[in-house]
Amino acid sequence: MEKLKAELKERIIENLNLEDIEVSDINDNDPLFGEGLGLDSIDALELIVMLDKDYGIKIADPKEGKAIFESINTMATYISENKPA
Amino acid sequence: MDKQVYISKYCHITNNQVFINGELVFENTQTDTTKNYLKSIYKSLDIKYPKFFKMDNFSKIAFLGAEFLLKEEDNKNIAIVFSNNASSLDTDRKHQDSINDLDNYFPSPSIFVYTLPNIGIGEISIRHQLRSENAFFVSEQFNTTQHNTYETSLLTEEKTEQVLGGWVNIDNDEIDVFMYLIGKKGIEKYTKENIQNLYNK
Repeated sequence: MEKLKAELKERIIENLNLEDIEVSDINDNDPLFGEGLGLDSIDALELIVMLDKDYGIKIADPKEGKAIFESINTMATYISENKPA
Repeated sequence: MDKQVYISKYCHITNNQVFINGELVFENTQTDTTKNYLKSIYKSLDIKYPKFFKMDNFSKIAFLGAEFLLKEEDNKNIAIVFSNNASSLDTDRKHQDSINDLDNYFPSPSIFVYTLPNIGIGEISIRHQLRSENAFFVSEQFNTTQHNTYETSLLTEEKTEQVLGGWVNIDNDEIDVFMYLIGKKGIEKYTKENIQNLYNK
């Protein structure tokens, strides 16, 4: 799980062009939106594409995204539980 | 009422240099990617605006040109009138590349949102809190007659107090930006001949 969390942080920084942010700046429980990393609605769509492209997980209902993308911890848990075998 | 319009500042951004009012203010000393070149211009401005890094290259060049010309402006009544000949083709191609292969079909939302040239105007408007008139024209070449007519009309009909105008083009990493700020005061009369001469400079 720790490996997955580190990988997610790297991919989020790269895919969302978070130029001034390092992996070490993101805590596992930090909110990704709002006061945390300050991601926006386009970033949310980009994360949905990332889950599909990199982990083979399709989110059918974008409303689910709010809970899934709350933090690195919630993302990692969701991926572990839903990744195709 | 004095209807004469003046150019107050102008800016050129080329593939490796930036000029303000004809004076060199930035030069790229490394042979590198367009992305890194634009990043180095951004860094030279000493500003903190993380959204810059999320923009496509077209919006970045528009943003940078405007930053040089508007950074000391308090006026928010500034219209924006740009033109180019590549529209948003530079980014359209990147989007197309992501949807060409049906077995690897992952269009990026953050690329797709930039597949219109007037998004660059939007980025400038957000940055400088402008809620003014704006227009983006696509033409084969920089049409100084069209710019002059439209921009002078905006000013003389008091639709705006200043206009940020110009040619903002990028295609296959070839950058051609000529941007100017016009209004009631300035260093040179705003005529189509003068603006053409400054563009060619």
